[in-house]
Amino acid sequence: MEIVLAIVVGTLYGCGLYLMMRRNLVQLIIGLALISHGANLLIFTAGGLRQGGAPILAEGDAAFAQIPADPLPQALILTAIVISFAVTAFALVLFLRTYQTVGTDDVDQLKETDT
Amino acid sequence: MTLLPALPILLPLCGAVFCMLLRTHLAAQKGVALLFSVLVLGASIGLLAQTRDGSVAVMNVGNWAAPYGITLAADMFSCVMLVLSGLLAVSVFIYACFDLDTERIRFGFFPLSLILLMGVNGAFVTGDLFNLYVWFEVLLTASFILLALGGEQPQLEGSIKYVTLNLLSSALFLAGIGILYGMAGTLNMAELAHVVQQGDRGGLVTMVAVMFMMAFGIKAGMFPLYFWLPASYPTPPAAVTALFSGLLTKVGAYSMIRVFTLIFITDPDFLHVLILTGAGLTMVSGVLAAAAQYEMRKILAVHIVSQIGYVIMGLGLFTPLALTGTIIYLIHIIIVKTNLFLVAGAIRRIKGTYDLHELGGLYKERPGLSVLFIISAMSLAGVPPLSGFFAKFTLILAGLNRGAWVIVAVALGVSLLTLYSMVKIWTYVFWKPAPEPLPDRITASGGKWLAFLSPMIAFTLLAVGLGIFAGPVFDYAQTAADQLMNSDAYIQAVLGGG
Repeated sequence: MEIVLAIVVGTLYGCGLYLMMRRNLVQLIIGLALISHGANLLIFTAGGLRQGGAPILAEGDAAFAQIPADPLPQALILTAIVISFAVTAFALVLFLRTYQTVGTDDVDQLKETDT
Repeated sequence: MTLLPALPILLPLCGAVFCMLLRTHLAAQKGVALLFSVLVLGASIGLLAQTRDGSVAVMNVGNWAAPYGITLAADMFSCVMLVLSGLLAVSVFIYACFDLDTERIRFGFFPLSLILLMGVNGAFVTGDLFNLYVWFEVLLTASFILLALGGEQPQLEGSIKYVTLNLLSSALFLAGIGILYGMAGTLNMAELAHVVQQGDRGGLVTMVAVMFMMAFGIKAGMFPLYFWLPASYPTPPAAVTALFSGLLTKVGAYSMIRVFTLIFITDPDFLHVLILTGAGLTMVSGVLAAAAQYEMRKILAVHIVSQIGYVIMGLGLFTPLALTGTIIYLIHIIIVKTNLFLVAGAIRRIKGTYDLHELGGLYKERPGLSVLFIISAMSLAGVPPLSGFFAKFTLILAGLNRGAWVIVAVALGVSLLTLYSMVKIWTYVFWKPAPEPLPDRITASGGKWLAFLSPMIAFTLLAVGLGIFAGPVFDYAQTAADQLMNSDAYIQAVLGGG
């Protein structure tokens, strides 16, 4: 299973970086989104893909009956998803405003600040 | 357990909430923002006083003992950065009250800046890597909006470059965190330091370390990852640029120093040499790019890159003396660089332009402003007895002690080129007669003008004071650097209960 996910993560990163290097603003933001998905999946994979019970102790128990699954990677990913959702939403608005102001979605034309 | 380490995070949040509630009352917003930035500064100074003796102020959020909960840990280095960020916020807010247009204030300059301050302070005190990522996102989101606020074309174009590269850096940071967690099973920095140093994991640690170096390098503006900086920093108003230059790249540098003195110290022959090489190239490329510019704000913004080189140089040398130099340099650069941006903004406020060709004769017209500029500029170049001299002197001495001749030569050469850039501004803006006289756009005199200049006067006095009282500053920085080099005390303080 790790192998499959590793390939998926690699593909997501590869596609994301390829899209980011295109000249189109929309492709740029899809690329960014793919990379953040890749990072999330990487945390999930690196955190260990073990099957196990819920990591909740019943009252009075001193130890887990079976080795529980690690809940932390999911918690981290959840936080990261929320953050990347907000940031992507902002980036979309920013790109739209830029398109309206500059009148192009070609990244190579954004040369106002280059001297 | 005390609440003190959390105050530099909670106070700006409260301030931002109040500012948002007072959305339509702009004058009240100014007052609230100023009040809360002063409170943040006060809390930071309190924390500084508490950790003066070399102790680490630790707070476990929600009383979950480390390493299970989120830990806030402030050592001397954190506290110094907190005080500087508080100081910066107060002065930039005073400046913004006078200079910033109503439109930008109406669209939330003050609440956004307070959120930015919260993110920055959070990054300074957190003891948990994932928490550091969250604070980075908080400050980045606030900075994205601050940068684009106003919606002028250069701002939007600069924002796209800034947003894209910083999001990429966040993704790298996140990936590094994921791999590190898979390897060590913890994200508490103190426990990570403990775990990473114990087992021999070969190249994996070094690989993760390089991912962190890339992520923080992009945020700090390190060679060859700084290209977003000259494109975006000179576009917003001077108040925003001053805030960014003092806080954002410095958070990147702070985080790099933190993880490469605490966690990734297993392979200094490769990692710290890589950092040192990057530092040298950063200095050179930054200063050369600045020399080619003819706009005051751009020269200063591009110079940030070269200053970051000096900060990282101390980390690359990785000796107590070098880190002492880095800390002094950080103190010096935050004060001096912010001041230069504010003075440039004041000139723009009078004359309406940053262009070196159009300006001129300001020494005759405004001797007071000229003095404020020249003291900071000479301090930046490292002329004794100002603050920059002692910072650079310490770094170069550390380089000589290590026998790192190349980086010492580069640092000295770059100093000279810095002097060239500063003298260029001085000659063009202050000495040369104005090509055609530019009328003053505002009446720049009287009590209100003096209040506007007060942060610049305070910073200039600080730059001089840091030079005159270099002894106590050096002693403090040395203790802080020792604390960074011997991380056992930090690990003990965090893991040994709080």
